[in-house]
Amino acid sequence: MAEPVYEMPAFRDETLKVLAPGHTYKTVTDDISGVVLRRPYDRRWFVIMAIAFSLVSVLHLAIAYLLLRGVGVWGINVPVMWGFAIVNFVWWIGIGHAGTLISAILLLLKQDWRTSINRFAEAMTLFAVACAGMFPLLHLGRPWVFYWLMPYPNTMDLWPQWRSPLIWDVFAVSTYGTVSLIFWYVGLIPDLATLRDKAKNSIARTIYGAMAMGWTGASRHWHRYKMAYLLLGGLATPLVVSVHSVVSFDFTIAVLPGWHSTIFPPYFVAGAIFSGFAMVISIAIPLREWYGLKGFITMRHMDNMAKITLATGMLVGYGYMMEAFMGWYSGNPNEMFTQLYNRPFGPYAHTYWMMLGCNVLAPQFLWFRYFRQNMFWLFIISILVNVGMWLERYVIIITSLHRDFLPSSWSMYHGTIWDYMTYYGTIGFFLFLFFLFVRVLPAISITEMRELVHETQHHGGGHHVGAHGTAAPTSEGGA
Amino acid sequence: MHGHDEANTHGLYGVLAEYDSPEELLSATQRAHAAGYRKMEAYTPFPVDGIAEAMGFEKNGVAPIVLTFGLLGGLTGFGMQWYSAVVSYPLNIGGRPFFSWPAFIPITFELTVLFAAISAVVGMLALNGLPKPYHPIFNAPVFDRASADGFFLCIEADDPSFDREQAHRLLEETSPRSITDVGLTSVPAQETMATRREGIAR
Repeated sequence: MAEPVYEMPAFRDETLKVLAPGHTYKTVTDDISGVVLRRPYDRRWFVIMAIAFSLVSVLHLAIAYLLLRGVGVWGINVPVMWGFAIVNFVWWIGIGHAGTLISAILLLLKQDWRTSINRFAEAMTLFAVACAGMFPLLHLGRPWVFYWLMPYPNTMDLWPQWRSPLIWDVFAVSTYGTVSLIFWYVGLIPDLATLRDKAKNSIARTIYGAMAMGWTGASRHWHRYKMAYLLLGGLATPLVVSVHSVVSFDFTIAVLPGWHSTIFPPYFVAGAIFSGFAMVISIAIPLREWYGLKGFITMRHMDNMAKITLATGMLVGYGYMMEAFMGWYSGNPNEMFTQLYNRPFGPYAHTYWMMLGCNVLAPQFLWFRYFRQNMFWLFIISILVNVGMWLERYVIIITSLHRDFLPSSWSMYHGTIWDYMTYYGTIGFFLFLFFLFVRVLPAISITEMRELVHETQHHGGGHHVGAHGTAAPTSEGGA
Repeated sequence: MHGHDEANTHGLYGVLAEYDSPEELLSATQRAHAAGYRKMEAYTPFPVDGIAEAMGFEKNGVAPIVLTFGLLGGLTGFGMQWYSAVVSYPLNIGGRPFFSWPAFIPITFELTVLFAAISAVVGMLALNGLPKPYHPIFNAPVFDRASADGFFLCIEADDPSFDREQAHRLLEETSPRSITDVGLTSVPAQETMATRREGIAR
């Protein structure tokens, strides 16, 4: 065959390969399924689960008290009726976006380094969406009638208000949750078949077997499977962009100073990917360390993810700059007050400057390879970004609401203990689900790792890349 | 349906050969196809490029299903909003138009994606005949490796030109790791298989 084969420059750094050398079909299968099937329980896992489950109990308590007493237990009051609930909702849903970006967009872009991180990033998406979905529902005040948000034939003879971005949000988030779940499940089917065939325990074999639905790996099945997976990737790509755009419409459709801005959709999407990659990094570092997965989640992955964090962080920084500029350029006194005085120098100035420190300053270290490849510093930076992105939503929501057009209705907002308990509770819920996932399902796609083994064998360790296949040539190509 | 020789194929699902690499499987498939076998299937731990062409199939019905349901989802979303805002429950707010279609776009888009995505998964599974917890191929003890590191080719007994001896001879020429007869039922066929394998061990 006359396919163009070009030689890639050898990696300057051997650690920048997508897969440690020496892996075969058998070793990737055994190593990754072994984390689920063979590995004994270790103390670190118990400690994390204990902490996480304690926080889940705190969440239960906070929700029970909320249902008992009503949303008044939270700090929300006129004029700030969107407090922690919406801050947390936007924060969690944003975190989820990296999972879809990795699994769908990098799939379409044929980036081979997505392979080791897509599975757990997708799991992260699902769990983040589960946490996100909780907040608007609880914020309803009467969450047990949440189905009023959906169009259904009802005795009240009412329809949802289609012109409201809040209803768009219901559709966007529920579609996103559903599509993320089925995308993740479709990716899991062949791996569940592997677990079915590897499991010694008959209960495990039955459960994995039922979930694998009798997958045999027949070539006709793979043919349809690949097409379905590719189409799901193609559908999820515009979906992920639409979801955070719709979330940003919750703000921009309102005429509030600091919200009514056309930069919001792209700036929110960039922020979502920024925070999501930071969360993937925060999770990947302990995961690869504790479960012996450094051969799969290599320095190349960490390096590329750090670069994406840097790039999206710069976009977010540009967003902040443009918000301030447009506030000034609009000539609108309320915009100017919000953007140029109240945010940087008002009563919430500390959150604004902390946000800039975490989201704009901290990622600048990622220009240097030392910080991208030093797991301690990378972890610190990723945590700072997570904190910073939470503060960003706090700044956007609280500073715009607490001082709008009418100074007589200005007020201050502070979260109460129940706000904090609910927020930290969802972090516990997220960690609980994630660490449970790591022990019951393969955290890395075994099937795609076998494909990667095949490609690296085929192409001499990734240095020679043909025109076909999914190999992405260089370590520098990712960011 | 059994093949032409009832005694030869009785209780037999097919003859299964295992290979170490996708390349070996691919060339064996090409040989079997050239020898006239059509009822055969390759089982691999990951999708292998070129198998579809080697086995002589190209199209799968997934894409048209997804297109159909995507369009249907979009029409459903838009139609639902139009019906409720214009026909069923028109609200006059400051004389603004009832048919404010730009506001209907986000939900139309979301339902397009939702319908298309669900149809991609359900359509793929339905065309594949899944869920199907039992399949005769699972009767072969070596088949465990099809989800790990084994690449399998099964020539099925209901192929019109199937002959057990010939199928064995053909597969042996492709130097597989092993050749196994796959029974239609699990236990008795495995016993006969074990005795038969004595004669065909490479």
